[in-house]
Amino acid sequence: MEYEAVIGIETHVELATASKMFCGCPAQFGADPNTNVCPVCLGLPGALPVPNEQAIEWIVAIGLALDCEIAHRSQFHRKNYFYADQPKNYQISQFDVPVCSGGRLDIEVAGVVSRVRINRVHMEEDTGKMIHVGGGGRIKDADHSLLDFNRSGVPLVEIVTEPDLSSPQQARAFAQELQTIVLALGVSDAKLEEGSMRFDGNVSIRPKGTQEMGTKVEVKNMNSFRSLERALAYEIERQTAALEAGEQVLQETRHWDEGAGVTGGMRSKEESSDYRYFPEPDLVPIEINDTRREAIRNALPELPAARRLRWAALGIDPASIAVLVAGGSDLAGVFDGAVAAGADPKTVANWLTGEVTAFLRRELVDLGATPLTGGYLFELERLYAAGDLSSTAAKQVLVGVLAGEGSPAEVAEERDLIQISDTGALATEIDRVLAEHPAAYQRLKEGDPKVVGFLVGQVMKVTAGKADPKVVSTMLRQKAED
Amino acid sequence: MSSPADLTLAEASAGLRGGKLSARELLEATFDRASLTEAELHAYLTIDHENARAAAAAADEAQANGLWVGPLHGIPVAIKDNMVTAALQTTAGSQILAGYVPPYDATAVTALKSAGAIIVGKTNLDEFAMGSSTENSGYGPSANPWDTTRVPGGSSGGSAAAVAAGSAMIALGSDTGGSIRQPASLCGVVGMKPTYGLVSRYGLIAFASSLDQIGPISRTVEDAAATLEVIAGHDPLDATSYRGEYPRYRSLLGEGVSGLRVGVVAELSGAGIHPEVLSAFRSAVDSLAEGGAIVSEVSLPSMEYALSAYYLIAPAECSANLARFDGVRYGLRVDGATVEEMTARTRAAGFGPEVTRRILLGTYALSAGYYDAFYGQAQKVRTLVIQDFTRAYEGVDVLVSPTSPITAFELGSRTEDPLSMYLVDVCTIPSNLAGTPGISVPVGIDGAGLPIGFQIMAPALGEEVLFRVAAEVERASAWNNRRPPMVEADHGV
Amino acid sequence: MGRRVCMESVRGAPTIGGMAIDIDIAYVARLARIDLSDEELERIGRQLGGILEHAALVQQLPTEGVEPTSHPLPMVNAFRPDRVVPPLERDTALTQAPQAEDGYFRVPPTLEAE
Ligand SMILES: [Zn+2]
Repeated sequence: MEYEAVIGIETHVELATASKMFCGCPAQFGADPNTNVCPVCLGLPGALPVPNEQAIEWIVAIGLALDCEIAHRSQFHRKNYFYADQPKNYQISQFDVPVCSGGRLDIEVAGVVSRVRINRVHMEEDTGKMIHVGGGGRIKDADHSLLDFNRSGVPLVEIVTEPDLSSPQQARAFAQELQTIVLALGVSDAKLEEGSMRFDGNVSIRPKGTQEMGTKVEVKNMNSFRSLERALAYEIERQTAALEAGEQVLQETRHWDEGAGVTGGMRSKEESSDYRYFPEPDLVPIEINDTRREAIRNALPELPAARRLRWAALGIDPASIAVLVAGGSDLAGVFDGAVAAGADPKTVANWLTGEVTAFLRRELVDLGATPLTGGYLFELERLYAAGDLSSTAAKQVLVGVLAGEGSPAEVAEERDLIQISDTGALATEIDRVLAEHPAAYQRLKEGDPKVVGFLVGQVMKVTAGKADPKVVSTMLRQKAED
Repeated sequence: MSSPADLTLAEASAGLRGGKLSARELLEATFDRASLTEAELHAYLTIDHENARAAAAAADEAQANGLWVGPLHGIPVAIKDNMVTAALQTTAGSQILAGYVPPYDATAVTALKSAGAIIVGKTNLDEFAMGSSTENSGYGPSANPWDTTRVPGGSSGGSAAAVAAGSAMIALGSDTGGSIRQPASLCGVVGMKPTYGLVSRYGLIAFASSLDQIGPISRTVEDAAATLEVIAGHDPLDATSYRGEYPRYRSLLGEGVSGLRVGVVAELSGAGIHPEVLSAFRSAVDSLAEGGAIVSEVSLPSMEYALSAYYLIAPAECSANLARFDGVRYGLRVDGATVEEMTARTRAAGFGPEVTRRILLGTYALSAGYYDAFYGQAQKVRTLVIQDFTRAYEGVDVLVSPTSPITAFELGSRTEDPLSMYLVDVCTIPSNLAGTPGISVPVGIDGAGLPIGFQIMAPALGEEVLFRVAAEVERASAWNNRRPPMVEADHGV
Repeated sequence: MGRRVCMESVRGAPTIGGMAIDIDIAYVARLARIDLSDEELERIGRQLGGILEHAALVQQLPTEGVEPTSHPLPMVNAFRPDRVVPPLERDTALTQAPQAEDGYFRVPPTLEAE
């Protein structure tokens, strides 16, 4: 029998607010353990939560970007379950009235566009972090655990799809597209490796062509797009093998083990599903009226789908567009800034997808943290177009600008990369070279085209590479005709 | 010579301002009174001699320099031990918080300190404020100053007993289902629950968040109003804090009740109320009528369901609020092989029987399959209670009833039957469900010499009219700051 | 599994919708993470039966079309601006911990993965 997979994705996005969701502690990543904590996010007796208004605006922005309905009135609920990394032993989350519901996101795999319906987008808080000590870091063999509550209370947006995906490739495309949207909105770092964007998959399989849903398995712990795709593929294979062997698929949560390339069952929490949700009495309802919603909509930056169309119209190739879109709002801003100033779009796109992306990856910095602006990029492109910089020199200057050495002109000057295209200055050098290589000069005069390359090389050598080879070549041909 | 410990806030302030009394003298008199009464009363869990003395010395010095800190300058105040105090042990009456020292002050405590109050110590209570007798304290019960074989009421029993005995001039209590008003009634003092949201709950160890409210316990209506003026106010740290105007609550004291419409709640002033309580209540109602009030009987049919709704809503909220006591970050820990086992053992050892009962009741009421029948239905009944009140206040300015159906009962007499204890709160619970203010004012003494309290209720934010009527009840009752027998000698009567 | 206290035998059978209230008290205690002995469970189960019998009165009031109230006052949109407030010193945060180690709270190992 042939089976088909039914996949839904739950995505958690940590918002990049300055402070946490319900207290003023810094929400930043990477601080020493338990240094970004206070009575509220430690769940101390008597402490009360107060919601971060920025987080509410951002979840509305995410909902609008995903074509969701924004609830006029929504509410926080308490989700009750005991876990040591959760200070209050309940999570402030949302239940029957999330901020956003009923949206959609179009994705493309191998040229085929499909629509993924969004069930809901709701606001909640993150938990702390538990480190298992001893037993090789595995939960079941650990000697004891250590708790760090720095992440406790960081604003978390959960995005839940309908089970509209049918392949691991689609799931990956969905995840990547969602990441580009979140980055375009500028509401999260969306770094999978730091956990600021996390994907869980709900996978079931059923005989192809049937409508009834199979038993759903939740797959967690995928820390990259690749592992998301691999884990889902493994899980589909595992479930198919089970059904084909006449076994049942258990409803459970399974952890992806990246090293082993398998998913493994976890000890199930006996009462995990009885969350006893009830309205959070410490918080009052959230009301978002039409005026406020439209103000947030009007302030939305351009979204990836619109960017793709616009950039394709500039003649940028699809592969470069993909890289540019993945770079988020910062990259888009620099590109659009340079183009708006009058730079050649293709040249600028090549630099951004090449040298700039490589630099950011190598130095582990965000574009926003470098001095590169659309204005600088335009200035660089002008120097290049005017012939003041060779293609290689332009790339070197770009790296210098990114490294904070100054404006393109300053870097070019400082690194001594300006080409000599002044014919007067070059004529002297050419005459010197011709005097030193009389045989070659002779062949030039005889119209041997092969000797031009040799002579250009000699001129480059005496000018320490700063001569514009195109100009030198032209001047040499003129000499031959003289 | 009477003790300064028996002065009212107004009298003490006048003495302090005029230089006839120092904060130090007042505090020492308060400590002396505690020495005299604590062995029998156990009103306090912690008395903070050292810091209180330092604060009193600072108050005297400030005054010597011409600085009057605020309306509670030099006034000895006690805090119910479910409000956190920085660097001062806070237990909520529970063994699970034995020795717990918080890193911050509750907003209400900060307000008291900024107004110049001297924090005497932390008072006893039913564990996590769950109870009506203070017998559920994890540190032993408090006794009633009028008869030490009887309960002071609860859950703010320690605060009420301390104010009645003079070991505090004023105390803060918290009221979730009557926990300020009922002990005030049983101890013969004034106890007031403000409109929900008027006093910040930040730093109040939550029992039932949608019902909890901090309020004053004092010996006079004026003192209660003056204290509320200090502790009421918007707090950005409490999302349920009221964001409007905060008037001066003493503004209408002494205006009398002529022309005011007073509604006697039929459902709370008949069956189930002890005859002696009812008789004192009726006399007080008559005195209001004599003072020119227009008295009528008002029916609020949902009242008899309020208690049932309360005993679903409050435990449900408490089951979540108390989940944080897990042995991980603070408080008691009983070891276990796993963190799950450690938490389960810690909670079994740390919570007393009533708290355990309520956590389980609330967990059950919220659990899969029962939510709609219990918690969901209780929330709808809550709506009906609010609607009943709203309708009633269209015809009257205030509603009145006895505060407690009975006077102080014998220690140990009701602990075996939880339901009989719950019934003690029948008159006070409706105001908590509606979030509206209520006050208990002493109006008489029963045959056994035990105080009887009179409850006045007002619409949300109706504190001014509430205090106005309360002041008239106080004036007409000739209660005249009557003191319990155990302190009469010291009082100099 | 669990200790079921069927209320039919206790205090006149409280009901919801005509069905006897059935409390799996051991399950409830596990949800609430309180380690109670069988005797304690039995006793509390009976007491809860009595309380629930009274509490079940709420079902007698007709509430069709009545909205539930989770908040006594009609407030909305109480927010705080996204501003950082200095956190606690780590020593202060850890000072009340039953066990701490290297700046972390320390607990026994966990049975359950999240
Ligand atoms: Zn915090």
